[in-house]
Amino acid sequence: MIMLQVNLPGLSLKNPIMPASGCFGFGREYSKLYDLSQLGSIMIKASTQEPRFGNPTPRVAETEAGMLNAIGLQNPGVEKVVSSELVWLEQYDVPIIANVAGSQIEDYVYVADKISQSKNVHALELNISCPNVKTGGIAFGTIPEIAAQLTRAVKEVSNVPVYVKLSPNVANIVDMAKAIEQAGADGLTMINTLIGMRLDIKTGKPVIANKTGGLSGPAIKPVAIRMIYEVSQAVNIPIIGMGGVQTVDDVIEFLYAGASAVAVGTANFVNPFVCPEIINQLPGRLKELGFEHVTECIGRSWK
Amino acid sequence: MIKQELMVVTKQEKIAEHIFQLTLQGELVSEMGNPGQFVHLKVTEGSTPLLRRPISISEINLEKKQFTMIYRAEGAGTQLLSKKKTEDVVDVLGPLGNGFPIGEIEKGQTALLVGGGIGVPPLLELSRQLVAKGVNVQHVLGFQSKSAVFLEEEFTMLGKTIISTDDGTYGYQGFVTDAIKDHNIQFDTMFSCGPTPMLKALERLHGHKPLFLSLEERMGCGIGACFACVCHTGDDPTGTSYKKVCSDGPVFKAGEVVL
Repeated sequence: MIMLQVNLPGLSLKNPIMPASGCFGFGREYSKLYDLSQLGSIMIKASTQEPRFGNPTPRVAETEAGMLNAIGLQNPGVEKVVSSELVWLEQYDVPIIANVAGSQIEDYVYVADKISQSKNVHALELNISCPNVKTGGIAFGTIPEIAAQLTRAVKEVSNVPVYVKLSPNVANIVDMAKAIEQAGADGLTMINTLIGMRLDIKTGKPVIANKTGGLSGPAIKPVAIRMIYEVSQAVNIPIIGMGGVQTVDDVIEFLYAGASAVAVGTANFVNPFVCPEIINQLPGRLKELGFEHVTECIGRSWK
Repeated sequence: MIKQELMVVTKQEKIAEHIFQLTLQGELVSEMGNPGQFVHLKVTEGSTPLLRRPISISEINLEKKQFTMIYRAEGAGTQLLSKKKTEDVVDVLGPLGNGFPIGEIEKGQTALLVGGGIGVPPLLELSRQLVAKGVNVQHVLGFQSKSAVFLEEEFTMLGKTIISTDDGTYGYQGFVTDAIKDHNIQFDTMFSCGPTPMLKALERLHGHKPLFLSLEERMGCGIGACFACVCHTGDDPTGTSYKKVCSDGPVFKAGEVVL
């Protein structure tokens, strides 16, 4: 539908709705439920240089209006993702945003170089919130200079535009966004999960094996809206927003805050049909609100 | 095929301490058939609790388009589910997972079905389908105590049934593994569902024979996309090979995955 089209660096989207990385696998499971070509894009699960099994179970825990997860970047390694998962996804008319993860800059560069050569990968999403990084711990996601250094290194090898996924676990999200923009990023995706923890009432021990996990779901939506509102007015690159999106009105709220497209994460687990449902509802809701095109919503909240 | 449907409650009954039996009706039942599969339920329309609940299917009635499940009302979600009354609706996603392979046992052979606690319910539909196939079935069902026992009559009608309780307040006193040994039960194939320590003990003692185990693991999506319920495979116990309990299981052959 014409009123839903959005153009972003590398991405000509038929609509601004896409499943968020880590919440959709490589699409195979959801392909049994609906036609993936309906989606604006798919942000596939993170790829790393080597195959990873991930963390011990239990890996998820429920929270008030949300969930914690510590999957641990389980994936078959970039070679397999390129040769198997991305080739399989070619049957669908949908641009792919490939999430790139690693432990040190060389890992990210290796994965970005390989995966950005796939013909259906139209953009990269740098995952700089990995909790197990070898060099500098969580520095990639929390220290602007190191995030900028990583962005520059990946930009040098990538065949496609590079988006950087911001962690909300920082003191100043705007400083981080500006540093990444200056390093040459083509766009931002935000927000990743908030670090959280739950304890078992009977044992007193952490509920998930990794002790801490990433909090997602509607509980984090106000944090995401606030951060997108602040960052979108401070940078000149587009933002793909995410964090607790469940409904068509959530999507519009993210656009108002300053996002140019919106990813749906945890809600896929609750309702596997949520993405096509939102896409179908969006034109009617936009008309009700008096918009002729979805881009008219973007940044409506700005001063 | 996996479907999502608002199914109608036709019956809800408390059958033991904290244990409820719920019957739902809808078109989704026509997709069911394999005993050991499960459904994923959303118990409220709101965001708390947010996630769906995986619950095993204990009986399928294709003619009436009804299925029954038995669950323990322990956490917030299942307690809300236990409040559902006749004609209320429940959001059901299913059927999910691969159930027990009844093709692995021949007519005239003997199947031993071993259940523990809330792992007992999926064995009821399995037992019915095995009996319909002409398989001799025997059951050993373990519970914590007398107040937790359920489905004894239903299983007894299908084949010899031994009930064991951990505290000895009913039936055999002790673990199901001891009950199998003390009653000298012979079988061709064993099917089991219950707590992981029980499954481990069964695998250790009976893994040399055909043995199929239904696992439980905390799930996110229930369809294989979130990688929450992943376990190592038996041939690569510390490597990167994996199986997902929700979509590759929940039933695995003994040794196929690391318990």
